[in-house]
Amino acid sequence: MKLKKHFEQGGKLERLYPVYEMLLGMLLIPPMPTRSGAHIRDHYDIKRMMVSVIIAGVPALIFGTYNAGYQHYLSAGVYASVMDCFIKGAWLVVPIFIVVYAVGGFWEVLFAVVRRHDIAEGFLVTGFLIPLIVPPTIPLWQVAIGTSFGIIIGKEVFGGTGMNVFNPALVTRAFIFFAYPSSISGNEVWTSVGSKVVDTYTMATPLAVATSAGGSDVVKLLADNGYTFSSMFFGLEPGSIGETSAFMILLGGVFLLLNGVASWRIILSVFAGGYLTALLFNFAAPGAGHPFALPAHYHLVMGGFAFGAVFMATDPVSASATNTGKYIYGFMIGALAILVRLVNPAYPEGIMLAILFMNAFAPLIDSVVIWGSVRRRQKRASK
Amino acid sequence: MGLLSLGIESIFINNILLAYFLGMCSFLALSKKMTTSIGLGVAVIFVSTITAPVNWLIYEYILKKGALVWVSESFIDIDLTFVTYIFFIAVIAAMVQLLEMAIEKFSPPLYMALGIFLPLITVNCSILGISLFMIEREYSLVQSTVFGFSGGIGWALAIVMMAAIRKKIASSNVIPALRGLGITMIITGLMAMAFMIFSGIQL
Repeated sequence: MKLKKHFEQGGKLERLYPVYEMLLGMLLIPPMPTRSGAHIRDHYDIKRMMVSVIIAGVPALIFGTYNAGYQHYLSAGVYASVMDCFIKGAWLVVPIFIVVYAVGGFWEVLFAVVRRHDIAEGFLVTGFLIPLIVPPTIPLWQVAIGTSFGIIIGKEVFGGTGMNVFNPALVTRAFIFFAYPSSISGNEVWTSVGSKVVDTYTMATPLAVATSAGGSDVVKLLADNGYTFSSMFFGLEPGSIGETSAFMILLGGVFLLLNGVASWRIILSVFAGGYLTALLFNFAAPGAGHPFALPAHYHLVMGGFAFGAVFMATDPVSASATNTGKYIYGFMIGALAILVRLVNPAYPEGIMLAILFMNAFAPLIDSVVIWGSVRRRQKRASK
Repeated sequence: MGLLSLGIESIFINNILLAYFLGMCSFLALSKKMTTSIGLGVAVIFVSTITAPVNWLIYEYILKKGALVWVSESFIDIDLTFVTYIFFIAVIAAMVQLLEMAIEKFSPPLYMALGIFLPLITVNCSILGISLFMIEREYSLVQSTVFGFSGGIGWALAIVMMAAIRKKIASSNVIPALRGLGITMIITGLMAMAFMIFSGIQL
């Protein structure tokens, strides 16, 4: 690197070395090579891995910002250009980001200084994912409290990045969900409405519409409210900021898979588990007007299912570590998420709690898988 | 209520440990090792399956108001429910002792496996909790047996999960002041939050 000499000792910009180190490390490679110990095949370190996740999340974020603005103008019945939607959306989304990064960054730095560990990059990802899984209207102080809980109880008490049991972003969301249910569930929170709302605007999310079906055909009911399979796939619908567009999420997902950051086993088995469970419910449905009759492929593009599968379930720290374990872990997440949607009247969406639940189970699954493999090998060896 | 749904409900939806927080002491203290917690879990399943129906019979035919009419018609007004707790604890302790002797006699390997856990169960509040819930919810004898069995399974599942999680965080750099019980309490809370996925399901 030609610029390097300016930042080293005696160089013109010596004082800015930490900034140089951070930027270089985030974007390219850490300037300090390993001097001893294990050497890995290339420069692919935690920092780069975390940055990949953020890059993968950018399409969902951009679309989510646009959608937040789009829904706002749609609810007011005002025609707005793409630019207007983006500006309005940014007005809603950017403050959440600032709060999450400021509060989370404060705790991260505090713990790093007191406990004398490095400021870990894991927070960048957690902080990036939290705004994507909350509704655009969420009060900022609740975001601050939720983030504090997620970062401290979900991660820092365990010792920081890589040492936690539960996904900190999901701990944050679950905390907000149980502590302030009125600002993260129901029909009113998913769209930021202005002073007037036109009558034709449906505030209910597709999932709320589908599960309220009583008598009339579910698919038709969705279509009456403006939700077709393709509209839900591309994501112009009310919902949490980053979760609405399955298309943008899959785009990020492909990037993560090509990079080898996310486990294809988990993503595949989450979708398989969800699809098969929904199919099972289809057979059990008493008629086309029952929520159970919602077509299985609809489930996969509705609500937070795709986002959870691609960004949350694949968190390598809290997921199962063994290959067989990953199939079981993913499958159970998909199955539980659909089960909760259709059977549990308390929650309209189940993917978040399904992943948290399987986070708790992941170590047990791993233990059983390892125990089974040890037994198999012992048997083979003793033959 | 079907027996199967009663079983599923008491394992997942109303888990005796993660929804009612009963039996915490042995859960926190003995979840360090996988083998220990499996042993304790099996012992709890065993004891709660046996004590629940026995306690049900005692309550139904001795303690409940008017339960003693089978002895004499003049006992119709006798209400012994104020000694329910003492009776149940005594029954649990006695059952555990009997069980220990019986297992030692008939199945030495199982006795070796359960070993010290059987006496410990005497003071496990989840067993007493199961007996008390069964009275409160007015289960029948069969329902009580199923409830005792599945309540025990729920407890065993929770402690085995905790043992696996503690094995996973064994290498984590947990805050020194929280090492041991502190972090286990926090994990229990987070697990309880995850188990809320089922709360609200009506079977």
